[in-house]
Amino acid sequence: MDFSAISPVSLIVSLMIASTPILLAAIGELVVEKSGVLNLGVEGMMIFGAISGFIAAVTSGSPLIGFIGGAAGGALLSVLFIILTQYLMANQVASGLGLTMMGLGLSALLGYSYAGIKPPASAHLDIAGLSDLPVVGPILFSHDIMIYFSIALVAGVWYFLNRTKAGLILRAVGENHDAAHALGYKVIRVRLLAILFGGACAGLGGAYLSLIRVPQWTEGMTTGAGWIALAIVVFGSWKPWRVLIGAYLFGGVTILQLNLQAVGVNIGAAYLSMTPYIITIIVLVVMSADKKRASINAPAMLGRLFHASK
Amino acid sequence: MLRLEARPNPSKPMQALTPILAVLATMVAGGILFLLLGKNPFEAIRMLFWDPVLGEYAFYYRGQILIKAAPLIMIALGLSFGFRANIWNIGAEGQFIMGAICGGAVGLAFYPMEAFWIFPLMIIVGTLGGMLWALIPAFLKNRFNANEILVSLMLVYVAENFLAAMVTGPLRSPVGMNFPVSRSFNDYPAANNPELITGSGLHWGVVTALFLVIVAYVALTRHIGGFQVRVAGQSSRAAKFAGINPKLMVAICLGLSGALAGMAGIFEVTGPAGNLSTHLPLGYGFTAIIVAFLGRLHPVGVLMAGLLLAITIVGGDIVQTSLQVPKASIQVFQGMLLFFLLGFEILINFRVRLTIKGAA
Amino acid sequence: MNLIKSLLAGAALAVGLAGAATAGEKTKVGFIYIGPTGDFGWTYQHDQGRKAIEAAFGDKVETKFVEGVPESADSERVMTQMALSGTDIIFATSFNYMDHVLNVAKKFPNVKFEHATGYKRADNVSTYSARFYEGRTVIGHIAGKMTKTNTIGYIASYPIPEVVRGINASYLAAKAVNPDVKMKIVWVYTWFDPGKEADAANALIEQGADVIMQHTDSPAAMTIAEEKGIMAFGQASNMSQFGPNAQMTAIIDNWGPYYVERVKAVMDGTWSSTDTWNGIGKGMVGIAPFSDKIPADVQASAGAIRDALAAGTMHSFTGPINKQDGSVWLKDGEVADDGTLAGMNFYVEGIEAELPK
Repeated sequence: MDFSAISPVSLIVSLMIASTPILLAAIGELVVEKSGVLNLGVEGMMIFGAISGFIAAVTSGSPLIGFIGGAAGGALLSVLFIILTQYLMANQVASGLGLTMMGLGLSALLGYSYAGIKPPASAHLDIAGLSDLPVVGPILFSHDIMIYFSIALVAGVWYFLNRTKAGLILRAVGENHDAAHALGYKVIRVRLLAILFGGACAGLGGAYLSLIRVPQWTEGMTTGAGWIALAIVVFGSWKPWRVLIGAYLFGGVTILQLNLQAVGVNIGAAYLSMTPYIITIIVLVVMSADKKRASINAPAMLGRLFHASK
Repeated sequence: MLRLEARPNPSKPMQALTPILAVLATMVAGGILFLLLGKNPFEAIRMLFWDPVLGEYAFYYRGQILIKAAPLIMIALGLSFGFRANIWNIGAEGQFIMGAICGGAVGLAFYPMEAFWIFPLMIIVGTLGGMLWALIPAFLKNRFNANEILVSLMLVYVAENFLAAMVTGPLRSPVGMNFPVSRSFNDYPAANNPELITGSGLHWGVVTALFLVIVAYVALTRHIGGFQVRVAGQSSRAAKFAGINPKLMVAICLGLSGALAGMAGIFEVTGPAGNLSTHLPLGYGFTAIIVAFLGRLHPVGVLMAGLLLAITIVGGDIVQTSLQVPKASIQVFQGMLLFFLLGFEILINFRVRLTIKGAA
Repeated sequence: MNLIKSLLAGAALAVGLAGAATAGEKTKVGFIYIGPTGDFGWTYQHDQGRKAIEAAFGDKVETKFVEGVPESADSERVMTQMALSGTDIIFATSFNYMDHVLNVAKKFPNVKFEHATGYKRADNVSTYSARFYEGRTVIGHIAGKMTKTNTIGYIASYPIPEVVRGINASYLAAKAVNPDVKMKIVWVYTWFDPGKEADAANALIEQGADVIMQHTDSPAAMTIAEEKGIMAFGQASNMSQFGPNAQMTAIIDNWGPYYVERVKAVMDGTWSSTDTWNGIGKGMVGIAPFSDKIPADVQASAGAIRDALAAGTMHSFTGPINKQDGSVWLKDGEVADDGTLAGMNFYVEGIEAELPK
């Protein structure tokens, strides 16, 4: 066994690529949940974003338009969820599961004529001098644009939630919608925007998968990434930077276990495949054990229905 | 414009009417979908809803509907108990798998002994296996305050990988040319869950599921346990006043739903599936969440919702075979059905009023 | 009342009265698939075989398929459905349909069943599979010749004989021409997860592999190889559109000829239960055209191996071969028997990793 075959630098680079779809979807879902809405349809919006982004990129020849298409697709699908949960006051858990079913089905129908096509390649950052630096170069200065965008998005969400009035209103709606309503805030409108944002982020995550990480379209290609994103939000206790850490940790363990296998580590591969999930549970337990810290961030109204006339 | 107005009490007629409205709306929307795919919409809708129940070969499909509905109903019954108490077990899929593995392993350990007690023992161990798997999130929630949604969901993936390890390792069939499957339970009478009446689809799992619907109905409406669950769901402070230990409640709700999911798993693996393999998980655990909500967390509702979903699953395959539409179109159709069922529910608690702007 | 009716119906099913295949004008052919037809791997290729039947017989046949059928009671229901509606021959294209095929076959003695990769047969149930390992010998040879880093990366699905056979065959062929070659194996425990397959390809490339082989269903690894500028081999279908530069060749599951032959037999009334395990020779395993990136001499030697395997003058597993623990498996000149190959659960000598048990 030769552990030196595992290069920490390339490990970090691959884990960022593997984590970015989950990170994008999770940061969107964080905003949704902060507004007091639980949308379990992330998987459906992701896969719908994967195909709509793919179609947009292939038709236009531009990866950028592809990502816009992916975000638009995810947001479009989330409109169904908005109608059901915000206007028809349907149960959010069941609506979210239905959304996943719908997204998987619709994406497959749309994607029939797009299997086996190569999407246009995305540009990588290449700054003369910086990108060629050892260690720092590959880790910091030579990714595709979306990785920088995803990190900027995390920073943006953090700033929005903690430093802006709109963010304060969003959190207020998630904490106590009746009080927020009494103060004159438009509860439904805030949630509507949050859900659209969440849908767009999930769609973007899906498009990252079909345009950069894999790059191709295959039916059902998200294979559960949306569920992991949901888990990462809770894992990150609804804090943007912790969500980033959670996503990278999850991606990191996944990549590490594949690398360990390649150097010939002799643990059953099936057991190694479990490790990302088990480690997620362990870290969650450690973090939640401190009761004061953990429960503060959970939006009190998560999953509850709101009707103005109440 | 249209305005929603809360009803003082849920409307009884609407409770019965909304599912019918939803199915009709799905028929229209689904018809359009099949029309877009270039198929005869009336034929497609007939195959989806009519043929499985009353069509030419319905004598066969009716039994198949029961086979598909039984695990959904069994799992959803357990889940709806927990959901009433605001305890969110969304990892029933994992408990289903662990039930199948634990119960299945017991049966395989006794192979080839023939004894009447083997099958009942497998059911008991399978049920316990599912329960213990669900008690992990219960313990972590009670002891460390860890969110049960997340833990139970993560444990689904752990269970799936554990299943893969088992069928490529200790439980792999010694006569199966090293394929990743266990011995067939259909070839081992003492561990088999056979069709009780040929052609009826009835197996012990179906019988148990129907029996459990009655038990759950009685427990919920008559028994004190049902009351406690409802109180605990409304507020934890109210629960404390009523003398209910919230930690115990978490353990009971998760344990119960896990036990039923595990039981569904062992019935499935010994009967319809026939052996343990990596393809055993069919998503029953996730679909059952939908069934629980469509059934409005009520045993009778769960029964109806489970049967309705099973009809569209059986009917969906008929449409696929006869009209050669892709599986995805059936998925979209089922999604529509679900959305309409959920959407129309608003009519139960709200009245739609037409108001003229300015006059209101 | 109802009970009696279902009893009667059950009896009707049992003796195969209901909807049994009658000699109609068109021969009806049914397929059940485990995955979506758009997977560009296993199911896609079976569907190509179905299309070959249509191409060969035109309007004398009617083919139907159902995709994404789980290996459970669902498969039994779909097959029963097909049999009830007068299908003459049903192809079940995944291993664990096995017992369900036999159950349905018992009820419909007049319907012919063909089960891919299985080993249980009946009077109206045939089994068939392909000697994909022959293709692995060809790509192993090319990989051994072409690798600069002497490291071959192998993305494996589940540790089953089919996959283990492929690893051994390609390793032996590579080792024969390159004694320094090493094989790094990653088990992903899935047949289909493009994200994970891509990650596995990346992990192998980072650890020095400059040739990637895969035994999973999606073309994800091929696209990664193309991006990273290394070599790869298509799996199940020709994946050159995903890796125009990366693909050296591909092992193609070519079911068409077999399917056409079996449907023809049904039409002629000569169908009988058989066990088929065909290789390159009968065209069931296809080798895609060699990439022009392969030097002429390697193309020639690989072509010679392909032709020798096809002609039957060469066998992928010819002794002396030792098992991984050093014990003798095949003596000099000895050829592996089909029984051992069918249940292969050991690595050959030289592979460093341990086979997951």
